[in-house]
Amino acid sequence: MSSWKRKDLTGLDELDADEITFLLDTARAFKGVGKRSLKKVPALRGKTLVNFFVEPSTRTRTSFEIAAMRLSADVVNISATASSLQKGETLKDTALNLQALQADIIVLRHSSPGSSRFLAERLESSIINAGDGAHEHPTQGLLDIFTIREKFGRIEGLNVSIVGDILFSRVARSNIFGLLKLGAKVTLVGPSTLVPKSFEKLGVRVIHRIDDVLAEADVVNLLRIQHERQRKEYFPGLGEYVALFGLTKARAAKLKPSCLIMHPGPINRGIEIDSDVADGAQSVILEQVTNGIAVRMAVLYSCAGGAGVPS
Amino acid sequence: MKADPHISESTQQMVMDAESMEKAIRRMAHEIVERHDSLNKLVLAGIPTRGVEVARRLADHIEKIEGVRPYFGTLDISMHRDDLSTRGRVTALEVTRLPMDIDNRPLVLVDDVFFTGRTTRAALDALASFGRPSIIQLAVLVDRGHRELPIRPDYVGKNLPTSLEQKIRVRFENLDSVPDSVFVIKP
Repeated sequence: MSSWKRKDLTGLDELDADEITFLLDTARAFKGVGKRSLKKVPALRGKTLVNFFVEPSTRTRTSFEIAAMRLSADVVNISATASSLQKGETLKDTALNLQALQADIIVLRHSSPGSSRFLAERLESSIINAGDGAHEHPTQGLLDIFTIREKFGRIEGLNVSIVGDILFSRVARSNIFGLLKLGAKVTLVGPSTLVPKSFEKLGVRVIHRIDDVLAEADVVNLLRIQHERQRKEYFPGLGEYVALFGLTKARAAKLKPSCLIMHPGPINRGIEIDSDVADGAQSVILEQVTNGIAVRMAVLYSCAGGAGVPS
Repeated sequence: MKADPHISESTQQMVMDAESMEKAIRRMAHEIVERHDSLNKLVLAGIPTRGVEVARRLADHIEKIEGVRPYFGTLDISMHRDDLSTRGRVTALEVTRLPMDIDNRPLVLVDDVFFTGRTTRAALDALASFGRPSIIQLAVLVDRGHRELPIRPDYVGKNLPTSLEQKIRVRFENLDSVPDSVFVIKP
């Protein structure tokens, strides 16, 4: 029987296929909890979870909060503006203070790649990466893979196209690592400024025309264009992006009927995806949100339980 | 016959063979039938891993005896236990499968071995989040003693007094690829 022995989840890159499958199977058991009349189990009763978000986020934080509450943990939210980081304290000192306050689990969102690993190696608390710069966002990767596996019953052999802003995307990285380990064929699609050829070293295919992947794709995962991170020179303008890479109604009509349309949210209607397509039958965007709770319950449960083993 | 190649024969003793297990489960099925009027509403909820197999066999026997198959389901209790952080590692969870509505239905929890009663307590907690059965009973293949809670089984395949150091190993041919058997493993 497979088992989980880690106290932290900092990325999917460091997991092997069995560990990823373990989390997906555990999430499937937890998805059932959300369908009960009493949506709460006592597994993490008496544990304290701190949502420590140094970058703004509402949906990921809320998803972790609901997941923790369904496991009966006590939850405290700390945001960047309320944090002592603004008063000059280092990340490590802030985290040590959280540990001294006896936080069992710290969910960290931070702009620096590697910040979760940094804390995981220095603290006894479990560290869950909720996004570290452009590096990884493992629970988003897991919930995307969970949603795909739930629909197809497998990951191996599926053609998954990830479209858009790959360069800045931690979601893309976590998806790439996880999908490749489970045997999917991954294609990255976008302008060469946002999808450099160097990504091919990871074992994926890079294509600069979305029209080339529509007919073969089993999954199209559209990433958000991150206006807030981008300077203008990555592509000429949003109109041009829509013309070349947007999933318009005309393009969606060329997809296989079984092809899933995914988006990590928040969606920019009319940019990455046409409004009607986002609300259409092939879209699983809102199921991704629901599955996110089950996946995060599985991660919190596994890491809190795996913390009993000295690593 | 070797039951488990990893353990030498001198440390284990067979206490039930395939025939005695079959008889014990059949007798338990008769007892369940005797005490329940509405078998079409009855739910047998097996606790993973081997409680599920005992429940499946009870359902088969009840169907043979009365021609009515009770609902057979799975109840994973791992997430309802109170010792998560002391167990050291986390094992895979099974998906719980129960009827949509267990309110006012008679329900028999089924496990392979009854020991301290803590698993049963967790199962009772788990059931409470699904609904309110009209009655909850407990069926076990082996009762090995050492209760730590005021909980006791209603249907017992075999009473087997043991010492705390001993272990009970239940094997099913269809799950474990060795003949149906119950062994006492001595330290």
